Amino acid sequence: MSELLQHYLPLAVFIAVALGLSAALLIAPFIVAYKQPDPEKLSAYECGFNAFDDARMKFDVRFYLVAILFIIFDLEVAFLFPWAVAFGKLGLFGFWSMMVFLAVLTIGFIYEWKKGALEWD
Amino acid sequence: MIPALFFYLFAGICIASALMVIASRNPVHSVLYLILAFVNAAGLFLLLGAEFLAMILVVVYVGAVAVLFLFVVMMLDVDFAELREGFLQYLPVGALVGVIFLAEILLVVGAATIGGGGPRVVVAPIPTDVSNTEAIGLVLYTKYLYFFQAAGVILLVAMIGAIVLTLRHRTGVKRQNIAEQVARTPETAIEVRKVKSGQGLEV
Amino acid sequence: MAEIWTSYLWPLIIMVAQSLLLMVILLVAIAYVLYADRKIWAAVQIRRGPNVVGPWGLFQSFADLLKFVLKEPVIPAGANKGVFLLAPFVTCVLSLAAWAVIPVHPGWVIADINVGILYIFAISSLSVYGIIMGGWASNSKYPFLAALRSAAQMVSYEVSIGFVIITVLLCVGSLNLSAIVEAQNGPYGVFNWYWLPLLPMFVIFFVSALAETNRPPFDLVEAESELVAGFMVEYGSTPYMMFMLGEYVAIATMCAMGTILFLGGWLPPAPFAPFTWVPGVIWFTLKCLFMFFLFAMAKAIVPRYRYDQLMRLGWKVFLPISLAMVVIVAGVLQFAGWAPK
Repeated sequence: MSELLQHYLPLAVFIAVALGLSAALLIAPFIVAYKQPDPEKLSAYECGFNAFDDARMKFDVRFYLVAILFIIFDLEVAFLFPWAVAFGKLGLFGFWSMMVFLAVLTIGFIYEWKKGALEWD
Repeated sequence: MIPALFFYLFAGICIASALMVIASRNPVHSVLYLILAFVNAAGLFLLLGAEFLAMILVVVYVGAVAVLFLFVVMMLDVDFAELREGFLQYLPVGALVGVIFLAEILLVVGAATIGGGGPRVVVAPIPTDVSNTEAIGLVLYTKYLYFFQAAGVILLVAMIGAIVLTLRHRTGVKRQNIAEQVARTPETAIEVRKVKSGQGLEV
Repeated sequence: MAEIWTSYLWPLIIMVAQSLLLMVILLVAIAYVLYADRKIWAAVQIRRGPNVVGPWGLFQSFADLLKFVLKEPVIPAGANKGVFLLAPFVTCVLSLAAWAVIPVHPGWVIADINVGILYIFAISSLSVYGIIMGGWASNSKYPFLAALRSAAQMVSYEVSIGFVIITVLLCVGSLNLSAIVEAQNGPYGVFNWYWLPLLPMFVIFFVSALAETNRPPFDLVEAESELVAGFMVEYGSTPYMMFMLGEYVAIATMCAMGTILFLGGWLPPAPFAPFTWVPGVIWFTLKCLFMFFLFAMAKAIVPRYRYDQLMRLGWKVFLPISLAMVVIVAGVLQFAGWAPK
């Protein structure tokens, strides 16, 4: 077994223990607790009336925009990780290479700001 | 033995959940199975020793891309029963693509096993003295500079594209201008007037 | 046969035992953290807080556990049953799983992996799933709105947490959490830790951690005065408890992360005699508790944000500042020649 896997095996064991514990907690009330369902109890929560229609609805496209912008910035962070780790060995060239990359994305960010994509109304 | 065990576990779950992605009736379940497939693919990367890629796969695909998928599928209010009606109609095309893909994989694997060379030559040795995150960092920003900068430009295009396609400004909405609010002083905000009793005040 | 025993089974038993030990300590700690949270909150509002079960109410959390287990589990008729139950399960497992890589003492860590901080970052980016799944599966209006809000909120603040982590990594040069702690070891004790040179990032980290774990003042997901309880409206019994447990474990993880990144992990505040006698795990716990105290005080004294203000703070304030700080820190390290080799 390689050294790398030796580091990860305890992780797998820990996650397995967490899975077991959570499953036990989730199942417990279905075994021990009192159950007497009726239609009123099982209906969706509303303020004193029956729900008119399905709760899932269309919503503002802005939420999608936030998700897309997040993906882009998340990728930017992903690119920064190896750079930060190897920073001391990369020297000046590596430094400026990343600065150019960040500058390009900052242009995008400024565009976004000016266009009002970050406004929430 | 243990790595092999984990390999079959991850690979098995990965394939099974990939199957469920196309087989399950509810599209939200499809996306959830897709997430399971991603996580198991990350596990396979881990077994190969590519720990950085495994974590990035989880951060980017599961943590970001799949969130968007889930968003779209859950909340777009598409009538999925209607979508599914055309399912069988696309089956021949889908099957054709699948067969072509399978044939290509068989060709590649076949060439590798019969010829004894093929794709195996491309695999670079894994450096043992540095962690593989650092190994990526050492080449990505210097040796592969153009690819790296191209990635930056692609991200820029994606950002601008997303804004151009989706941004609609609503009119008639009161927006908060924080700088303006903070800049208010008593002189600009209030006015003190003497009011004579019995007479109103014209505003 | 003996070989299988020594090379596979025995190490496996040790790993399981270690995992169980950490899990039990963690959960008991969470029980008292919850109690402390309620007590601090009560003290700020000049109330007594829980004080009935056991001396000073010390067994309150355990009584709550029993109550939840004995409550009737209700699954709404319109809900998507599998996803409905999967949501609390995912929340709970993910938040617990993060603790596998957190070092509490030199060498005391379940899995000492090279990419520890990236692992925690990945796990915390997944925590949004529990909320989206729970909100969607309930098939009810309030949970749905909460799911929508939370997805956009958690996602917005994750970016700035990412940049904060990058600035610390620039100073350390390793993704390993133990290495991050060791890098803060120095002759000036508390002044060697990164909270001082990276103070703005520490503040951003703290506020983003509040938003990421949906704590007040950023608890728009639950907002009891507008969304009743948000994505948890339809939940009861242990599924509800697992959401709460997951939330508090995630808060504990954020406290531990703040401790490791900025407060020197297990290092004593001064590197000489009386302080170095105390074991590292005690220092680590004290620092985590200090972080948690800040979390609890923020909950008690800060009013809730409005949603547009929340998004503005994340995208227009924290993102540019943290991005600029990445550039500044990198520039200083590069041109002053302080970069770790």
